[in-house]
Amino acid sequence: MTTEFPSTPTSDLWKPNRQRSQRVELIVKLIFGAFAFVSIVTTLGIIETLIFETFKFFQEVSLWQFLTDDKWTPLFKSAKFGIFVLISATVMTSTIAILVALPLGLLSAICLSEYATPKVRGILKPALEILAGVPTVVYGYFALLFVTPLLQKFVPGLQGFNALSAGMVLGIMITPLVASLSEDAIYSVPRSLRDGAYALGATKRETITSVVLPAALSGIVSSLILAISRAIGETMIVTLAAGQNPRLGLNPLVPVMTMTAFIVQVSLGDTPAGSLAYKTIYAVGMTLFTITLALNVFSFWFVRRFREKYE
Amino acid sequence: MISNSSHPVTTQAALTAEDVNVYYGSNLAVRNVFLEIPKNRVVAFIGPSGCGKSTILRCFNRMNDLIPGARVEGKITFKGQNLYAKGIDPVETRRYIGMVFQKPNPFPKTIYENIAFGARINGYQGNMDELVERSLRGAALWDEVKDKLKGSGLALSGGQQQRLCIARAIAVEPEVILMDEPCSALDPISTLRVEELIHELKQQYTIVIVTHNMQQASRVSDLTAFYNAEATETGNKIGYLVEYDQTQTIFHNPTEKATQEYVSGRFG
Repeated sequence: MTTEFPSTPTSDLWKPNRQRSQRVELIVKLIFGAFAFVSIVTTLGIIETLIFETFKFFQEVSLWQFLTDDKWTPLFKSAKFGIFVLISATVMTSTIAILVALPLGLLSAICLSEYATPKVRGILKPALEILAGVPTVVYGYFALLFVTPLLQKFVPGLQGFNALSAGMVLGIMITPLVASLSEDAIYSVPRSLRDGAYALGATKRETITSVVLPAALSGIVSSLILAISRAIGETMIVTLAAGQNPRLGLNPLVPVMTMTAFIVQVSLGDTPAGSLAYKTIYAVGMTLFTITLALNVFSFWFVRRFREKYE
Repeated sequence: MISNSSHPVTTQAALTAEDVNVYYGSNLAVRNVFLEIPKNRVVAFIGPSGCGKSTILRCFNRMNDLIPGARVEGKITFKGQNLYAKGIDPVETRRYIGMVFQKPNPFPKTIYENIAFGARINGYQGNMDELVERSLRGAALWDEVKDKLKGSGLALSGGQQQRLCIARAIAVEPEVILMDEPCSALDPISTLRVEELIHELKQQYTIVIVTHNMQQASRVSDLTAFYNAEATETGNKIGYLVEYDQTQTIFHNPTEKATQEYVSGRFG
C-alpha cells in the first residue's frame, strides 16, 4: 500500500522501499510483543499451578482446619495443618526486619539525599549497594554464627536458632531496598517545594520533616511495602537462623519455622510427588503469594491515592 | 563601562545593595550592583535572560545560600544590618523578606496548612484561624477558598495557587516580598489579578518583582532597574545593572542606549 502524491522534477531520485519497512516494523513489533508476553505467561503458569495443587490440598484438608489448628505437623501420623503457626513466625521475622529497616533505611535515605556532601555520598551509596549484593546465604550464616552468639551475651534465654537474630539480619538485608527507593522518592520532591519552605524561614530540618517527607510519603510507603514483601518471601536467612520448629506464638527468642522454611524443608526431603505433604507446600506457597499480592495491591492503591502530582 | 545612574532617594530605604558581586563556582555571574529599594514601593527588575536579575533578587533573602557553589560579595543592608555579615542567620532574614516564585509551589497540604506552616515554624502565638483568614483576604483569595480550607492547595487553579503562595508569604508578616516572575506561568486574567494584588500589597509591603513582561513592569512598578549581560572571552555571561530610575523615566526617557533599545523591544 503506497500513497501517491503528485510527482516533482526530482521524483526519480527518491525510491524508498515503503513495503519492506512496513514489514520490518510489523516483525519487530511481534518479536517485542512475544518477549513481553513471556512474563505474563510465566506469571499465569505459576498462579495456575498454585491454584491447581492448592485446590487438591483442600480436598483432603478443610479450610477450617487450615485456619484454626494450633499445630503444624503435616509430616506426622497425626497430621495437623494450622497455617497460622507458620504465619506467626513469618510475621514475627518480617516485623523485626521492618523495625530494623525502617529507621536504618529511611534515615540513610534522608542523609543521602539531603545532608550528604558528594564525597560522603560517594562512600555511602556504594556501601549500601554492596549490602544489597551480599548473597542471602551469607546473611544466614552471619545471623546464625555471628549475630546470635553476640545477642546471647545481652539477651538471656536466647536460643541458638531464633526469630530475633534472623529478623534483624533480614532487616539489614532489606535496608538497601528501603534506602534506595525512599531516596528516589525524596529526591524527586521538586526543588521548588523546598525553596518555598526555605523562603518562609524554615530550617533544613523543618523543611525535610514538614514538607519533603510528607510530599514523598507515597513513595516511602511503597518502598516499605516492597521491602516487607521481600522479607516475607526471603528464605535462606530464616531457614538457617530461625530454626525448623513450627511453634505458634510470638516469642522471638525460641526456634520457629516460617512459611518459606517449611517449603525448603519439604522440598529438600524425599516427599513423594502427589502425597498430601507434597500438596501442603503448594498450600503454603499459595498463602505466601496471597499475602504478598495483597500487600502489593495495597501499595498500588496507596500510591495512587496519595501521590502528589507535580509537573 | 557603563555607569549606574543613581536614583534620588525620597523615602527610607528598605534594602540597599552595595557593590554586590555574585559568583557561581569561579564564574562571576553578576557584578558591581549598587541599588536602593525604597520602602513601600514596587521595584521591577527587567532585562534579557541571563542578566542576573533573579540572582540579585535571591541575594536579598539569601536564597543563593542554597545553591552549592554560589558566593555573594558586597553588602546588602536591611534594617541597618548587613545580611551577609558574620553571625546573621539566613533563616531569620527569610522570615522578614518573603518570596514568591516563578511557578506556583503550594505545599502538598491543605489550604489552611499552607498558610499556617510558616506561622508555626516561626513560633506564632496568636490565633491561627484569624491569621489564615487575614492572610487569605490579603491575597484576595478568601472568598474563593473560605469553604474549602481543608481541601488540598494543589486542587486550586494556577492563578489561585499563586495567590495562595502570596498569602503564605504575607502570613509570616514580612516587610519585603520578593517576586521572581510571579506571573510567567499564569494566564492573562490570573496575571491581571496578581497585578491588582501587587498594587494593594504596596500599602503594607515593599515589593521587588522580576519580570520578563515589560508591560507588566510599567503597569505595576514605581521604579525599574534594567540589567544587561555581556559575554566574556570564555563565553560566560556576566550580568550588570545598566540603569535604575523611576519607571516612567526608564520607559520613556532612559539615559542609556541599551535601555532604550530593550524597552522599545529592539533586543532581548
